[in-house]
Amino acid sequence: MTSPALQLDNVSVHLGGKLIVDSVSFRVPAGGIGCLLGASGCGKTTLLRAIAGFEPVSSGSVSLDGLPISTPMKMLDIEKRRVGMVFQDHSLFPHLSVRQNIAFGLQSMSVAKREARIDELASLLAIGELLDAFPHRLSGGQQQRVAIARAMAPRPEVLLLDEPLSSLDVELREQLAREIRGVLKHEGVTAILVSHNQFEAFAMADEIGVIKGGKLLQWDNAFNLYHTPASLAVADFIGEGVLIDGRAVGEHTVETELGVIDTRQIQDFNLPGTTDISLLLRPDDVFHDDASPTKARVVEKAFRGAVFLYTLELDSGKRVLSLAPSHHDHAIGEPMGIRLDVEHLVAFPKLPVV
Amino acid sequence: MSLLVLSMLLATPIVVVVSSVFFTAGDIWTHLLDTVLTRYARNSLLLMAGVSVGVLTLGIYPAWIVTVYRFPGSKMLEWALLLPLAIPAYIIAYTYTGMLDVAGPLQSALREAFEWRYGDYWFPEIRSLGGAIAMLSLVFYPYVYLLARAAFAEQSGNVMETARSLGCSQHSAFFRVALPLARPAIVVGLSIALMETLADYGTVQYFGISTFTTGIYRTWNGLGSSIGAAQLSALLLGFVFVLVSLEAWSRQQSQFFNTGARNRPSTPGTLRGPSLCLAYAVCGLPVLLGFVVPFMQLLVWASITYDTILTRDFAGYLFNSVTLAAITAIAALGLALFIAYGKRVFPSQLTRASSRLVGLGYALPGTVVAIGVLVPFAWFDNRLSEFMVATFDYNTGLLLSGTVFILVFAYLVRFLPIALNTVDAGLAKIRPSMDETGRSMGFSPAALLRRVHIPIMRGSLATALLLVFVDVLKELPATLLLRPFNFNTLAIRTYELANEERLADAAGPALAIVLASLIPVILLSRTLRQAGEAPSSLPQGSSISDESK
Repeated sequence: MTSPALQLDNVSVHLGGKLIVDSVSFRVPAGGIGCLLGASGCGKTTLLRAIAGFEPVSSGSVSLDGLPISTPMKMLDIEKRRVGMVFQDHSLFPHLSVRQNIAFGLQSMSVAKREARIDELASLLAIGELLDAFPHRLSGGQQQRVAIARAMAPRPEVLLLDEPLSSLDVELREQLAREIRGVLKHEGVTAILVSHNQFEAFAMADEIGVIKGGKLLQWDNAFNLYHTPASLAVADFIGEGVLIDGRAVGEHTVETELGVIDTRQIQDFNLPGTTDISLLLRPDDVFHDDASPTKARVVEKAFRGAVFLYTLELDSGKRVLSLAPSHHDHAIGEPMGIRLDVEHLVAFPKLPVV
Repeated sequence: MSLLVLSMLLATPIVVVVSSVFFTAGDIWTHLLDTVLTRYARNSLLLMAGVSVGVLTLGIYPAWIVTVYRFPGSKMLEWALLLPLAIPAYIIAYTYTGMLDVAGPLQSALREAFEWRYGDYWFPEIRSLGGAIAMLSLVFYPYVYLLARAAFAEQSGNVMETARSLGCSQHSAFFRVALPLARPAIVVGLSIALMETLADYGTVQYFGISTFTTGIYRTWNGLGSSIGAAQLSALLLGFVFVLVSLEAWSRQQSQFFNTGARNRPSTPGTLRGPSLCLAYAVCGLPVLLGFVVPFMQLLVWASITYDTILTRDFAGYLFNSVTLAAITAIAALGLALFIAYGKRVFPSQLTRASSRLVGLGYALPGTVVAIGVLVPFAWFDNRLSEFMVATFDYNTGLLLSGTVFILVFAYLVRFLPIALNTVDAGLAKIRPSMDETGRSMGFSPAALLRRVHIPIMRGSLATALLLVFVDVLKELPATLLLRPFNFNTLAIRTYELANEERLADAAGPALAIVLASLIPVILLSRTLRQAGEAPSSLPQGSSISDESK
């Protein structure tokens, strides 16, 4: 399987004279799965549509293995760029059976090859039973499987998925996310998905781009986005966490309300260069420790099976999050001992108080 | 129950006509069978086949082009394509005959230019089956256009883009996805156009083509056999039944073909060079031939004869026509809502059957409605007058038969189905779960109708009202037979003058009909434009549908 690498260089897209996508660059290696993550209206869907060829780019270029398919000068026709598209609403052809839907893009194949390809995809996506059914008989999850099978059938160069799981039930989502990832990897297809849901992105993608206001803030894998966000905006968007104030003292020490941190114990830590800094604390950085002298009052708690997610209020009124094993059960209002146990830490210059 | 009574009342003409099969009409029946019946059937079938090809060709492509592409003038063409709806078939037939006949301006000019004499050259005979097909196609294609355009516009942009991404060009995406998805709507439009074709009297009468309608008229008027005429009509009903079933089936199909109302419509494409020229030709020609040319000709004639047109008599015809049309349209809309809603709230074999019974009325040619209405009304009037004479020694005479009431009743029989079809189609788009949501929130069916259905169906309701209005205004044969003595409408006056070969004089009342019909057509086009542009009604609808999930 030779799916090409997808590369975007400084791509901007204008819609109705408005700048929607602002100079975005990234690269998805052959067979890789990328995700454009952002809140609705951030421009991620427009960017996906530009890659598909539904919208023209106003500057920059989209290329496959180095060959440009979209530049302001030249647009390859949609039907010739061999991109598979999976929409949020699945958009199955209601007048065709599942088999005919999957066969839609296989017109140029011989009948035997076509049938073989349909059978292959049907077994991959577990829809063999449904081949003769019509779309209106299928559940949402089944429709999504068919939509993916249909898009992958002609072996597209790139598969584009627009919010592929957001119309499905939550329980279904995680399982289908894993399954779809498995199928994409099995087929070796280069893919881009668009999502506003970070867990969907984490579950499916190799690398994720966080988009805000049409700009790509960071392009990285899930681990790095979570633990070393490049900006406050990314930190704010990815995962749960709070920012607490800190003061850089000397070269290796940061003082916080929750104690002093020796930054030499933390991998890849860089001080932003100012004295007053903001530190991103994840719930797993704040440990439950009854022996600790630092106490915080429980404000909220959410039972998550193995763990509790506690919202705690410090003496200063600042709130932090903490994950604690669920046998450490503290009532709301009770003080609870905590200490910092940080392996990854990100610091930003402290925002001026407005 | 009242629904059933209403349907029965409206179905009286059908019952009268169908039951006529069981009466013997003496020799007339065998006479008809021996001589003209096969010709009627053959001509009617050929006419339908030709008009099918005509309206599909003229209706579908422009609908597709104006929905999918934006080019200079595309917005104007979008509504201009509806204009032929304002010209009744018989009027376009009179006009083209005046233009293309041997003595008409075109042939005269040709003869003069080439110094030909009559018989020296070949020229297509307008008064022929082919001519009738052309005339009827030119004025009935907007039915297909309207429904096809709405269907194309409702198709989700995602579905079309999926097709493109799977390797379809815009052109093949049309044939493989857009057209099949629009098929149910197109078939609905086609069946309406064909019912109109079967019902046409003015054109085929003027062109001397023997079809069922002219046959019925001749049998009734010439041979004086109301039973024979009714029996011929019963045969015609056989054709109609096929069309009605086809239409109902298509509408059922279209429920599965919904690609989702909350989806973004397609981004319109642009056209350049030769394809732009082609688009102008495909969209412009129907407007030109179906409206502009005949309209200009009528204007020219009217400008020659205007001093004989603008008389007090003329104001009388106009008033009669508009009043009749308005009364019928409002009554039809009210009854259509009543029936369609009754069918939805109390779904049963009975309610469905009664609405289908009403639906048959539309395909009844005006002549047949007239016979079907006259027979029972005359019977009722005679019994009543006998009773009154016997009891009070007072002769009521023909109490209802000779009045406007019988005319409106006949119009309702004939045109209520248009309103019903449109309302039904609008209602079908509202998913039953929406009703259930509303009901569960404590709305009565009446409140649901007022607060949910009518706002959503506003477009459909306006369409229903206007379609009926236009149709009554144009109606000729039933009016011809049922009008009170000395009661003239614009249509009657046009028919009379044309049949006296005073085509130029006929232009006056004809132009008045066309102009009056233009108003609802323009309103209709505005409704369409607003429905296309203002999405304000859509998010409301979709938020309701989201809740109901």
